[in-house]
Amino acid sequence: MDMFQIVLDELSARPVFWFLSIIMLVSGFMVVTLKNIFHSAIYLILCLFSVAGIFILLEAEFLAAAQVLIYVGAVAILMIFAIMLSTNVSGKKTMTTQNGLPVAIISAVFALGTIALVIMTKLNIVMRGSDGFISKGLWIGEKGQLPTENIMLIGKYLMTEYMLPFEVISVLLLASMIGAIALARNERS
Amino acid sequence: MVAEYLSVLVFIFAGIGIVLFTFLLSKLIRPHNPYPKKNANYECAEEPVGSSWFKFNNRFYIFALIFVIFDVEAIFLFPWAVAFGELGLYALIEMIIFILILFFGLFYAWRKGALKWV
Repeated sequence: MDMFQIVLDELSARPVFWFLSIIMLVSGFMVVTLKNIFHSAIYLILCLFSVAGIFILLEAEFLAAAQVLIYVGAVAILMIFAIMLSTNVSGKKTMTTQNGLPVAIISAVFALGTIALVIMTKLNIVMRGSDGFISKGLWIGEKGQLPTENIMLIGKYLMTEYMLPFEVISVLLLASMIGAIALARNERS
Repeated sequence: MVAEYLSVLVFIFAGIGIVLFTFLLSKLIRPHNPYPKKNANYECAEEPVGSSWFKFNNRFYIFALIFVIFDVEAIFLFPWAVAFGELGLYALIEMIIFILILFFGLFYAWRKGALKWV
């Protein structure tokens, strides 16, 4: 990597990070405030997309691809399906209550506190190995590796060191699939 | 590395820009004359029946659920495919086992008639 490339990376990363975070926060806010639940789902897709962008900034390209393929491509679509399948709630304003406000505040504070704690304890490790804004060098491999190398390493580790967890994943997926089918069949009958 | 994704960013902005531009342009040049038939949803020249906000058929849901499972399976194929050149036969057998276990799920769904459109 030549000098020009590094400078360009550092210059572009920061504004893009802010841009993505603003989109993420605004769309996340829209998800919980909008009255039309279908529009909320669309904003959720935008929010998940910007998370994928953040993953790319962190050079976790496989995670970004997984985010887009699984969360945007499957989970969000499943949510839209669920909205469209539910009783004529779509297109109408949803009822919102503020009964759970104290619980909501407590859980929000708890969640934020946990995230803050994780960041504060992890940041030292990240900063030590990195050269500034992005946590470079945290990955298993060498610094400044090619993006395909990251995916290659994941594949290699999945096939060798983490072979058993990898096979267990398929059993887990099998269990969830059979569970989903059984539940869906129960609903119908 | 991140700079390589600058083209993606440009692409996103260009995509948004082109849509906004065409909407704005058509708003400027078209005559304003709405009537019910014109405001109706375009459904490949078929006349739309009822509202587009209607309850979808429940049967779609099971297909969506099975799709999510196989989507997660597919994401594991990518690192495997990239690393395959270095690992060879061993990785192939592992992936065959992985897919076979999930194939049982598909077989189960098939036998239980979850894939049937009744």
